[in-house]
Amino acid sequence: MTEYIPANFPFLAAALLIGIAFYIILFRRNLIKLIMGIAMLSSGVNLFIVALGYRIGANAPIYTDVPPGPMVLSVPQALTLTSIVINVAVLALMLTMIIHTYRHTGDIDSEKSRKLKG
Amino acid sequence: MEFLITNSPALIVAIPLVVAFIIPLIGRTGDKARNTFMLAAFALISFLVAILAVNIHSVGIRIYTFGATTADLAVPEHFIVPVRIIFEVDAMSMFMGIVVTTVTLAALIYSLQFLKGQPRQARFYSLMMLLYAAMMGLAFTGDMFNLFVFLEIASIAGAALAAYRTNLADAVEGGFKYIVISAISALMVLFAIGILYSEYDVLSMAAIAHFIQYTHLDMIALGLLGGAFVIKLAGVPLHMWAPDTYTVAPAGSTPMILAASYMSMYALYRVTFTIYGGFIDTTAIGWAVIIVGLLSMFVGVMMAVHQTDIKRMMAYHAISQGGYMLLGVGVGLAVLADPVALRAFGQAAMEGGIFHLINHVFYKALLFMTAEAIFLRIGTRDTNKMGGLARNMKWTAGFFIIGALAIAGIPPFNGFASKLLIYESVLKFNPVLAIIAMFVSLVTLASFAKVFYSAFTGAPMPAYKQVKEVPKSLIIGMSILAVLCIFFGLFPGLIVNNIVAPATNALINHAGYVNAVMGAVP
Repeated sequence: MTEYIPANFPFLAAALLIGIAFYIILFRRNLIKLIMGIAMLSSGVNLFIVALGYRIGANAPIYTDVPPGPMVLSVPQALTLTSIVINVAVLALMLTMIIHTYRHTGDIDSEKSRKLKG
Repeated sequence: MEFLITNSPALIVAIPLVVAFIIPLIGRTGDKARNTFMLAAFALISFLVAILAVNIHSVGIRIYTFGATTADLAVPEHFIVPVRIIFEVDAMSMFMGIVVTTVTLAALIYSLQFLKGQPRQARFYSLMMLLYAAMMGLAFTGDMFNLFVFLEIASIAGAALAAYRTNLADAVEGGFKYIVISAISALMVLFAIGILYSEYDVLSMAAIAHFIQYTHLDMIALGLLGGAFVIKLAGVPLHMWAPDTYTVAPAGSTPMILAASYMSMYALYRVTFTIYGGFIDTTAIGWAVIIVGLLSMFVGVMMAVHQTDIKRMMAYHAISQGGYMLLGVGVGLAVLADPVALRAFGQAAMEGGIFHLINHVFYKALLFMTAEAIFLRIGTRDTNKMGGLARNMKWTAGFFIIGALAIAGIPPFNGFASKLLIYESVLKFNPVLAIIAMFVSLVTLASFAKVFYSAFTGAPMPAYKQVKEVPKSLIIGMSILAVLCIFFGLFPGLIVNNIVAPATNALINHAGYVNAVMGAVP
């Protein structure tokens, strides 16, 4: 089954995710949607990095009782894990700030809830 | 002592991280105990920074490998690339370390009485220490992925500090803008790191600089990294967040967020000089930096002139002054491949740009602190509602004058010394650039003169007759920076020779940075 999937399929998916994410970030005014855009951007970048280390049909990089054959590179997985944890923190902080914004202005539209201008 | 010198790079980042999480615990026993503990811990950190600075001044470059048998064993036996996490401290990193440590010390002392009696102070100091640890990590890291991690820690701590006054709607908005642009730029950095890793299989900056082939993919990575750092350092046209965030950040945290944006400028220098500056012609990259610098200088000052919010005006001036640093270092970058021009004026331009960084952080931190002091006493940042404050707030008015004269480049203050260095050297590169820089400086002076007259002089407004001078800790925090502004202005030669010139040489010395890690590789 796996041989029918093009090897660069994950990269195309990552590019698509990043493209949609940038569209959302630039053109959507709803702040919740903005955060969803950033979450998609981080998923796209994480997918890109984890796909760099992947080899089709390779083993997991666990050194006990490993069957012969190529192994998946483990460094990108470690990087992705770190990046996911950091992004959870960033998204949580953003959401708390939106709750505060909503309490103050009664709106989560980026134009209507704006106080700072000039 | 030997132990401290060897392990100081790691301890300088580790101690503030630990202190950040102990502060809320000790805060439960009382404010006094917490403040004492925090200042004692910060004194220890400052001592470590000082001994590391002395050490770097004599040895030039140091590496610290985590988990290795000896700290300088970057490439283990039977390996050809560094595999461990490395801190690489050269004179440029140390320069940024000195800037950040001084500003943090002043900001912590300033905040002590500013926040007195307010709730949730422990969280404020905790975030300050977190931001400090992240900035020192950014300065010392020798590894691209840790650059990303520290960038994110700095963003989270900075955004939480900016939005600290959650009871004000504008504070939350300023913090939210900061975290959004930080998240986007950090993900751009991560994507670029992914591209570089896919090509060279290493994360250490020195190893990437050693193996780099300057392919098209590398240029895409450079574009992503450059774009991300220009967003973070608030270079025009990507500066929208800076006025909002700087305006709302409370107490001593505005100077800290300002310093954090210059850590991104340091990261930009590190990437362009150390990773990409090896063998290719950097003229085009240098001109890109110069153009961003010019735009920042001009647009920043023009936006500042008509602001009525005092901190917002200072924030636009911060963008404008950032342009001077980019101009100076950009000229150096443009002539990096030409040894004659580099010696004739390129190195002096870089020294000017880097010297302007430390000067600007000091006087702009001082100005932000005076603005916050006024806000503490009269509760508004609108310059039209201020008047005659000099009568009752003599110290604050004095510090404002020092900061305003320094930013306008009037001798004998520090801004004059670095701006003169930039004018002289840029004039030899391209006279038009120097003339624009001088014009911007004049507009800066006009803008600050206007604010000084409307806020401090004249008859005291009836509403502010009873306004008192700010508490002592605020004055001590501001006077640290004011004294440094005057000292740097009176003895610029001393500072340039001892900390600025080594930093410039460290940036230019591409081979030195690479060989410190890759030395054993044939």
